[in-house]
Amino acid sequence: MLSMISLDYDDTLMASAGHQAEAILDEVMTKYKGNYILAVEGNPPLNEDGMYCIIGGKPFVDQLKKVAKDAKAIISWGSCASYGCVQAARPNPTRATPVHEVIFDKPIIKVPGCPPIAEVMTGVITYMLTFDRIPELDRQGRPKMFYSQRIHDKCYRRPHFDAGQYVEKFDDEGARKGYCLYKMGCKGPTTYNACSTVRWNDGVSFPIQAGHGCIGCSEDGFWDKGSWYARLADINGKGFGVEANADQIGLAAAGVVGGAVALHAAVSALKRAQHKGDAK
Amino acid sequence: MTDTSLGAGAPSHVAPAGSPPPVNAARKLTTVYVYEAPVRLWHWVNALSILVLCVTGYLIGSPLPTLSGEASAHYMMGTIRFLHFSAGYIFAIGFIGRALWALVGNQYARELFTFPFWKASFWRGLLVEVKWYAFLKPRPLKFVGHNPLAQVFMFWVMVVGGLFMIGTGFALYSEGEGLGSWQDRLFGWIIPALGGSMNVHTFHHLGMWVFIVFVIIHVYSVIREDIMSRQSMVSAITNGYRTFRDDDPE
Ligand code: HEM
Ligand code: HEM
Ligand code: SF4
Repeated sequence: MLSMISLDYDDTLMASAGHQAEAILDEVMTKYKGNYILAVEGNPPLNEDGMYCIIGGKPFVDQLKKVAKDAKAIISWGSCASYGCVQAARPNPTRATPVHEVIFDKPIIKVPGCPPIAEVMTGVITYMLTFDRIPELDRQGRPKMFYSQRIHDKCYRRPHFDAGQYVEKFDDEGARKGYCLYKMGCKGPTTYNACSTVRWNDGVSFPIQAGHGCIGCSEDGFWDKGSWYARLADINGKGFGVEANADQIGLAAAGVVGGAVALHAAVSALKRAQHKGDAK
Repeated sequence: MTDTSLGAGAPSHVAPAGSPPPVNAARKLTTVYVYEAPVRLWHWVNALSILVLCVTGYLIGSPLPTLSGEASAHYMMGTIRFLHFSAGYIFAIGFIGRALWALVGNQYARELFTFPFWKASFWRGLLVEVKWYAFLKPRPLKFVGHNPLAQVFMFWVMVVGGLFMIGTGFALYSEGEGLGSWQDRLFGWIIPALGGSMNVHTFHHLGMWVFIVFVIIHVYSVIREDIMSRQSMVSAITNGYRTFRDDDPE
């Protein structure tokens, strides 16, 4: 892969440092104007004028905007760049903001995952090099070839899901037999990624194969949707500090209404008994 | 639509609306044909489908205890989901059918789909009805169709809520059918619009509780009205005829 592309700037891999490194950016921008791919890792925090993330003495958001201007396309590597991820989790103190909410005038390819799968990352770039166009994207801007189906649609434990065989708690009989992890809060049914087909570390395994539910790391806001070990999401009461799932809220509402109905019925019966005599 | 409250006058076939009540108001008890057969049929099919949707939907969120033996020997969750989706289709098709009937049926067939906030008589009727439920008034008004309080709930839960459940339900269904399916093309946009698949599940699930609360209130008030109000209820939705218990004009 690295022999096919010219990776001119990568803050973790490149040999040069300091001003020398930043100079490469300017060089790329002039030499390959409108023809380079900008792949973003992480995301810019916008609070305090972007001062929470400084690169070469300037806020990251400035650097991002500057380099994005002449890029051919942008790739948002990982859930941070795609959706905000952990630093954007509630209450998001630095106002970490995903790339597509900062850059509006370029095609943006989201490759979410925390981290994204290596084969998926290289697959996206290879496609772009081979066909000289960006891969087909879904509504949320993710390449369809890797993100068009949920983990659940391709999970090898799916027959147990349909049969109704679940791990009820970790280390029970079902866990040893490899039953479906739905009741352990597996987010496979709501997560679009390629883990259950491509797998990890050269196809050795993936979380569900290792006996742990999917945590939904390639979905928008997966930190803020309740426990990774609960099937139903917590609903966060903004401003009044209540966390409960839909069933707890619903049952409470039904209980209150049921009680009110019973009370209302009792009063109605009483009233009726009272006025029995005075019918015309 | 004409005013369906009888508070202002007797039903039109007894006396023309607007004219003063006849001096010798008919002594016979008035019976009016209100809900035509398709409306009644829809009511019960719809009620049944909602019952199935709530039970199976709950079991999708909180599945039954694990079955032992080979996976190939069971299809428990598969069956529950199949029932949910079948009932979902019946619910949705019924909804469309009911909406079409509103176009061709009598005026009471249209009430479900209207929230006549622009009519003063509606709000007046609503106020009286609220007072009647709060025990502040000894007797309610008479209505040929729904009373305004019922209409508020029916419109917001059954029509708006029903559309929401159909939208979110088919959006979730599209996830299984895949990109490019008609469910996806029609409803797929709802998933990112509500902030992702997990959120859609949660809102769809909350919607179930809205329906459950509606049904509790609905069934209670229908039975209560049947006993205590001035018109029959259950007959209206079973054989279509509503009978008024008194002939008082107001
Ligand atoms: C899942 C359960 C139910 C749902 C969702 C439901 C829904 C509705 C709706 C939407 C209407 C308006 C009909 C229209 O204008 O087309 C209605 C009317 C009616 N329903 Fe139900 N219903 C349910 C169960 C029941 C049951 C169990 C009864 C009997 C005890 C009942 C009795 C009635 C009556 C009497 C009316 C006419 C009310 C009126 O004239 O204002 N319903 N229902
Ligand atoms: C009044 C109507 C409905 C009620 C009360 C209802 C209730 C529910 C509930 C409680 C769930 C579980 C949500 C969760 O926690 O994950 C669910 C899931 C679902 N519903 Fe409905 N639903 C209704 C209508 C529909 C309709 C019209 C459809 C369209 C076919 C539909 C399709 C689905 C699908 C596809 C799922 C997800 C199944 C899965 O994750 O395996 N629902 N429903
Ligand atoms: S383990 Fe998770 S992804 Fe696999 S079938 Fe069960 S719920 Fe679906």
